[in-house]
Amino acid sequence: MKTPRWVALLMLLLASLALGACGSDDDDDGGGDAASTTAEEAPSAGIQNNADNASTKLTIGSKNFTEQKVLGEIYAQALAAAGYDVSKELNLGDEKTALKALEQGEISAYPEYTGTALLSFFGKQADELPKDEQAAYEEAKAGFAEKGLTALPPTPFVSSNEVAVTKETADELGLQKISDLKGKSQDLTLYGTPECRQRLDCLLGLQEVYGLKFKKFVPVDIALRHEVLSKGQADVSIVFTTDPQNKREGFVLLEDDKGMFPPYNSTLVVRDDVLEKAGPDMEKVVTQVNEGLTDEVMQELNARVDLDKKTPEAVAGEYLSESGLVE
Amino acid sequence: MTTTMAFLGSFGDAIDFIFSERPSPAGGTDVGGLGEMWELMREHLWLSFAAMAIACAVSIPLGLWLGHVGKGGFLAINASNVGRAVPSLALIAFFVAYLGVGFTNLVLALVLLAIPPILTNAYTAVRQVERETVDAARGMGMTGFQIVRRVELPLALPLIFGGVRISAVNVVATATIAPLAGVVTLGDPIINVNTYGDEGRLAAAIVVALLAVVTEVALGAVQRAVTPRGLKLEAGKRRRLPFPMTRREATS
Amino acid sequence: MTLAQVEIRDRSDTCEANNGFCPDWIADNFDRYVDPFFQHVLLTVLAVGIGFAISFTLALVAYRRRWLISPITQVTGILYTIPSIAAFFLLLPITGRGNDTALIALVAYVLLIIFRNVLAGLDNVPADTKDAGRGMGLTDRQLLWRVEVPLALPEIMAGLRIAATTTVGLATLAFFAGAGGLGEQIFADITFKSNVVVAGGLAVLLAAVLDGLILLVQRAITPWTRAVAAR
Repeated sequence: MKTPRWVALLMLLLASLALGACGSDDDDDGGGDAASTTAEEAPSAGIQNNADNASTKLTIGSKNFTEQKVLGEIYAQALAAAGYDVSKELNLGDEKTALKALEQGEISAYPEYTGTALLSFFGKQADELPKDEQAAYEEAKAGFAEKGLTALPPTPFVSSNEVAVTKETADELGLQKISDLKGKSQDLTLYGTPECRQRLDCLLGLQEVYGLKFKKFVPVDIALRHEVLSKGQADVSIVFTTDPQNKREGFVLLEDDKGMFPPYNSTLVVRDDVLEKAGPDMEKVVTQVNEGLTDEVMQELNARVDLDKKTPEAVAGEYLSESGLVE
Repeated sequence: MTTTMAFLGSFGDAIDFIFSERPSPAGGTDVGGLGEMWELMREHLWLSFAAMAIACAVSIPLGLWLGHVGKGGFLAINASNVGRAVPSLALIAFFVAYLGVGFTNLVLALVLLAIPPILTNAYTAVRQVERETVDAARGMGMTGFQIVRRVELPLALPLIFGGVRISAVNVVATATIAPLAGVVTLGDPIINVNTYGDEGRLAAAIVVALLAVVTEVALGAVQRAVTPRGLKLEAGKRRRLPFPMTRREATS
Repeated sequence: MTLAQVEIRDRSDTCEANNGFCPDWIADNFDRYVDPFFQHVLLTVLAVGIGFAISFTLALVAYRRRWLISPITQVTGILYTIPSIAAFFLLLPITGRGNDTALIALVAYVLLIIFRNVLAGLDNVPADTKDAGRGMGLTDRQLLWRVEVPLALPEIMAGLRIAATTTVGLATLAFFAGAGGLGEQIFADITFKSNVVVAGGLAVLLAAVLDGLILLVQRAITPWTRAVAAR
């Protein structure tokens, strides 16, 4: 079983490198604000190693769930390929813990989400949240700038909190939107992370924005968020858009009709002093890496860790090599 | 000197956490205070009690019966040795992976944890009742069941309670990691320190430690209370040690 | 700049994705468990070793000065009763995160077990044997090391076995104190059957092996008990 997969991977890699070398640039986004290179530029999309970077020490951190660990690994390995002296401090904890580590200098950078930053760090209320991804990024960037932190350009993928129920529950109670839970939630049990109780984009928001009261809220470790739903312990659970288990288990993600959830693009947040020392290469590498991180790809990478049970380190390496960023 | 001051400071903060509410470090609702500590303790005690009740209901009759008929000794005695070798975390993880999270599954896991010491002690206790006593009872015309109930059980009670005591402390201790399986006990501030803060974690650790010691002392008192006076006097003459000790079969 | 496309895989029927017990995955990923296993071994052996050194000494002292028995039993009893996970965090303000905190808590746990067993073993030495020894002209110290301790060995080793197996179990919680061990692996993916079975299984195996080893040592150094076993 191992050999055919390896061969398939190799063939795919060769095929994609061949395609890449032919230099087709039809799939350039029309955005135009990203640092785009002209079509005549050398076809090497890979990360260039710059010997000058070796004097800069970077410590990349991450929060405590799969997607964060994968992102942390990707950035760490990509920056190492660019010649930086990189060490890792992944799996720090929730967003408050990670921010504290960043502010105190224990880490140089970690990937945060624009929506999370707006709600948890900058105290935005539900009605003040921007709906546009770019606007959310700009606001988050401004907020971080006041703390002496720079939010580097965001990823294309969005990883939002989602209110999930099983297909059976959705059919039985006729649930399509979160508002449909009104009048029914008092008989339902909600499972979420321990921090969910305090977050406006979690239980607190459901209580304040949608006016929902649940029969019981049970805090469980973030890794169990699908388990509790599929095993029938939870009636409702909080999951992420990019979780591979959603499609696999056939969960129904209820539509956020009152706009409780802001956009959640991922942005690597760096200390200003570190960014200055690191030079222009850091932002360049991050932008290169981000380009390939679409919704679909992020979900695939998460699946490789959560479902195929590979390590985030290995999967990050696969992403970088499969997309041609690192040889 | 500063370490001592810091240490005392931490403990002061922790005691304060038990009595007064404060905002959570993660923002949002308040944590701490007697109300919350009591909620956590109640869940902790309920989980422990449910597990112990079921474990006793299963192992005491079984152990008494096996001891009376003299069969299944290998199983009964080695139950403790095997039980000791299985870490509580591994047991709970096994149940979470195979059965899922939730109160019922966790109670099941804790019952398995609690059975071995009680079973071993019940069996051993009955075996230790002297043959002459049982023979005399049989000579008096008692049926097997009567012998168990009126002769063997009273003499076995101290050792049985010893086993119950050991299991109860184990269960109370293990209920601390119940949040891993979705049951919110006193272990929640310890495992989810981000929500409660460092003082909350230390406060929970203090309360859990006290709870375990109280359980041990209370059941120890019960054990002494059920020891028939005759055994106590005889033991007082024979033993010079403040703890019961049988050569080969004592559990932990 | 365009990037090559990342392969999207079909995983509808793989063993891991279906959360099963997957020997292939275990074989491929076994190195995840090697370091934690050795951390676990080290922690256990150190804790039992240090605990034994302390309690054995205490027991020898208390054997002669009987008034010490009760206070020592009370103190070690309390240390024994306090759940290890609580102990880790009670110690945290003083000793910080890391191996030391875990070690102190684990040592504290085994003290009562070993103290109790050593003392019981010594007390169970038959009076006539001691008289015979004195009659042969042995001093108190010679009596202790040549007669009493050897005869107490079965009891002492029984205590060591109990201490070792329970310490392996408690050491699975050591990662809470920042000391690594197999528990960290269990916790890392608590819902994945293969992971839980391997990590948990290794812990149980370790306990069984230590138990067996101590038993072998006991049989080796107390050959006379084998003859007396059928009593």
